[in-house]
Amino acid sequence: MYVAVKGGEAAIANAHALLADRRRGDRSVPALRLDQIVEQLALGVDRVMSEGSLYDCELAALAIVQARGDMIEAIFLVRAYRTTLPRFGYTKAIDTGAMLVERRVSATYKDLPGGQLLGPTFDYTHRLLDPELAAGGDVAEPLQRASEADAMPRVSAILAREGLIEPDGDMSQDHIPGDITREPLEFPMARDIRLQALSRGDEGFLLALGYSTQRGYARNHPFVGEVRIGEVELELDVPELPFAVPLGSVRVTECQMVNQFKGSAKAPPQFTRGYGLVFGQSERKAMAMALCDRALRATEFGEDVVAAAQDEEFVISHTDNVQATGFVEHLKLPHYVDFQAELDLVRRMRAEHDARENAGRAEEKREAAE
Amino acid sequence: MRGQEARDQAERKAVIATLAQSTGDDIVRLWNEAGLPSEAEFLRGPETGLVTVRGRIGGGGAPFNVGEATVTRATVRLASGEVGHCYALGRDKQKAKLAAIADALWQDPTRRNEVETKLIAPLQAALASARERRRAETAATKVDFFTMVRGED
Repeated sequence: MYVAVKGGEAAIANAHALLADRRRGDRSVPALRLDQIVEQLALGVDRVMSEGSLYDCELAALAIVQARGDMIEAIFLVRAYRTTLPRFGYTKAIDTGAMLVERRVSATYKDLPGGQLLGPTFDYTHRLLDPELAAGGDVAEPLQRASEADAMPRVSAILAREGLIEPDGDMSQDHIPGDITREPLEFPMARDIRLQALSRGDEGFLLALGYSTQRGYARNHPFVGEVRIGEVELELDVPELPFAVPLGSVRVTECQMVNQFKGSAKAPPQFTRGYGLVFGQSERKAMAMALCDRALRATEFGEDVVAAAQDEEFVISHTDNVQATGFVEHLKLPHYVDFQAELDLVRRMRAEHDARENAGRAEEKREAAE
Repeated sequence: MRGQEARDQAERKAVIATLAQSTGDDIVRLWNEAGLPSEAEFLRGPETGLVTVRGRIGGGGAPFNVGEATVTRATVRLASGEVGHCYALGRDKQKAKLAAIADALWQDPTRRNEVETKLIAPLQAALASARERRRAETAATKVDFFTMVRGED
């Protein structure tokens, strides 16, 4: 039963005013501009876009400021904003093979067509804090090197030529991609729906699950076939134009994980795959997503489901950090009536317990006296 | 005739692509420099909505939904009757309005050349040089492997 209790309006209003003040902080420090966040905290912006499931750098930057840098709160804000907008349609599927590549590495082939392009990576840095950054010094322009626009085929295509790797995941021709923003989750789910849930899933949760597979909880012997980051063009079919209308470009990160597989009576031995694709520059998340995608295909390959990362219902039901934070954080909201009922119950149980104890002690005394 | 129609469509698509890729600031600046007319009747928008971005499983397999992106669209009609459309990522309504007018003006044979030379060509040049710079900066981080010979034989 819910009982309405009034009160607290003034406290709430004042708390929000205080929040606004603390968010702004010391007024003698210049206020952050959104373009500063977009340019200089770009990977934070990317995370909010990926898990907020909305590609819009400025909105993500606004959400980060409004949330005082609390990423999950920022993601929540972006998710809420999404629901206010009409939907124009589904884009044509992006072609990551035609990406304007900013980074592309493979751990499986040294010399692959298009080469290894390190791009703007934290890899090989010494992870030493840089006092010069704190001082705000000038930064040199990056070097340039003339290059032909080499074709950069996905690494999976190289292995596919020998038939040593399973093909890209096909589904039946008339399969319409599922959409978790339109239909409730149902288990077991098709791989396309799982990938949608993983792509907007919590980076930390997916990272931990991916890590667990490496530590032996559903080990699947992964190699990074390829990670690529860059811009891909979007196109949308609309009734008013006789061609798919180009919308501009978004930055995505793609991970092709190549995994061991012994084969079975039906399937010859070949590599299997896990796939990761996320908004923005986030190879940690794309890799974790690919590890989880592969682990979640256990039943498809007749593997025993023995670990958390293979349990579809467990993984998909808990990967959304907006849902997770909503349910965990609601615990701090008033539960006075619920708790009152529990309190009454405990008091009654305690009274019964005490009564039993007293009766027992009285019995003991009586026996001792006799 | 069919060939001409296909060519026209490909050209128009390239114009729309250029406008969608360019920033609103660049479009406004060139628009004002060129003195292009910005009067038009709005048939729709400018309005902001969402598109759901699709990827493919494994890169080339069955499509799946990745997430959404903001898109702003506008449809305009010029006094001379041409109807122009814009769909572009982001929430820039001024950009959507001018891009839709540019698409309409481009369809008017008497204005096409002006739109091409004063607006589309400079935008394309800026986009191409930005893309080339990006490519060259990435190319500078390409790993050139070499083998070290160790020992006598």
